Amino acid sequence: MIIGLLMIVLVLGILLTLVVKSLPSIQALGLKYLWGKTWDPVQDIYGAAPFLLGTLISSFLALIISVPFSLAVAIFLGEYYPNGWLPDFLKNAVELIAAVPSVIYGFWALAVLVPIVRTFETNIGVAPLGQGIFASSLILAVMIIPYAASLGRSMIQLVPSQLKEAAYGLGATRWEVIRSVILPYTKSGLFAGVLLSLGRALGETMAVTMVIGNTSLMPHSIFGYGNTMASVIANEFTEADKPVYVSALIELGLVLFLVTVVINLIGKKIIDRFTND
Amino acid sequence: MEIKSVKYRIGKNYGFKALVIIFAFACVVPLLFILSYILEQGITKINWRFLVNVPRPVGETGGGIVNALMGTILIIICASLIAIPIGILAGIYLSENKKSRLAYWSRLCVDILQGVPSIVIGIVAYFWLVKPFGFSAISGSVALAIMMLPIIVRATEETLKLLPASLKEAAFALGMPFHRVIFKVIVPVGISGILSGVMLSIARITGETAPLLFTAFGNPYLNFKIWKPMESLPHVIFTYATSPYDEWKDLAWGASLILLVWVLLLNIFTKLITRKWKVQL
Repeated sequence: MIIGLLMIVLVLGILLTLVVKSLPSIQALGLKYLWGKTWDPVQDIYGAAPFLLGTLISSFLALIISVPFSLAVAIFLGEYYPNGWLPDFLKNAVELIAAVPSVIYGFWALAVLVPIVRTFETNIGVAPLGQGIFASSLILAVMIIPYAASLGRSMIQLVPSQLKEAAYGLGATRWEVIRSVILPYTKSGLFAGVLLSLGRALGETMAVTMVIGNTSLMPHSIFGYGNTMASVIANEFTEADKPVYVSALIELGLVLFLVTVVINLIGKKIIDRFTND
Repeated sequence: MEIKSVKYRIGKNYGFKALVIIFAFACVVPLLFILSYILEQGITKINWRFLVNVPRPVGETGGGIVNALMGTILIIICASLIAIPIGILAGIYLSENKKSRLAYWSRLCVDILQGVPSIVIGIVAYFWLVKPFGFSAISGSVALAIMMLPIIVRATEETLKLLPASLKEAAFALGMPFHRVIFKVIVPVGISGILSGVMLSIARITGETAPLLFTAFGNPYLNFKIWKPMESLPHVIFTYATSPYDEWKDLAWGASLILLVWVLLLNIFTKLITRKWKVQL
């Protein structure tokens, strides 16, 4: 009973702390905070738009890159080969991707991925920075594969075999079964998996901080430097000296908290409805 | 739907299958690259001195990471001491009260907690513990404990839900009081699932850096006092990886390898437990 309450108190406490501590900046800056384009603590100008945009771009780019792969893993394990040593290997490997600490991804990206991206950028003729939004999206894409993949796999395995057999009975090939039976049936479940991946990508801090380049200017191209909400908090929180500065950073945390909570709850609701049917 | 030749359809079928296989196994490639690269870079950096020395200033060789190693172990032990009892009790509560309104909200909060970005937890722990008491290892432990909770609660709840009701009824029929039924019958039977949840949560938080940035803070010296700032493996990797000095980068590679091996061992061990006792997580 008390323990049950404790969970609620904990979450409310987190929310309350964030709200109370970001009040000074909410009062001082109001809604302007969300679309202000300049972030200049020295002159007390705090606009979070560069970070909101940076977070959105890097997360969605990562999502676009990773979805084909996680979908392929889900279909491979859920439909083509559910059992056997090779699928087992793939399943464990994908789970391992989730287990590797994000700081190690960041370090690896810094040492290996950034030079590769730099060469790539030289070849396509943009400024060869290496670090930047593109590099961080790539590493994020790898990191979020397991979440959509494992959920997608269990959803695909839930498709009733009568449906599939009926389609085969009509003479459909496997691809046609996947396209016109499995995918439509699992649509909402797969969407939930993608949402949960998105939640992960939005809140990911360390790997992104290490490779995104960390600038407070508006991002103007995906190959340029950028900054996300989480990375700006990680970089500036301990250095923030003015109360408004600190509370502007906490407000970023509050926005991040609310967005991820909403995304996760929608994802959970979809999964619950799907598995209860 | 227009009618296409059978050959075309079969071709498309195989084409798609090939595409799925290629994409699925392409996921493994970056993982293998990362693992082999860390192994290659790290293995040459690890020796006895690396494990027993504290970091040296730039320019001197022979520095080690013993402070981070000990710090990580101590912080994790403290986090576990906080999270395990609370997590297991909450899991028991949730599995015993499936329908009540409080349980519904409580479960919702556990779900929310699972999705909260680690950096946000770091901020909150900063205000709860660092502002009043200063940077300390224990504040890092609390932040990590908050991250461990949802995993332990979920694992406990899911395991206990699967236990047959007859087990509990038999114990009640013998006249056992409620708390004895829980601790002598229910928990021992479900211990495998609970244990694997605990292991999983430890594996998950071992690599967490973001909450430690503002709490345990880091410390270049060996320290066993939990009320003082303390170094940890992920934090040492972060600071040294982004530093411009080669000696420090070498330390970071070695630390990465140790952290990676540790996390992978924990994961494999959890796998073995779940397989041996056939736990569903």
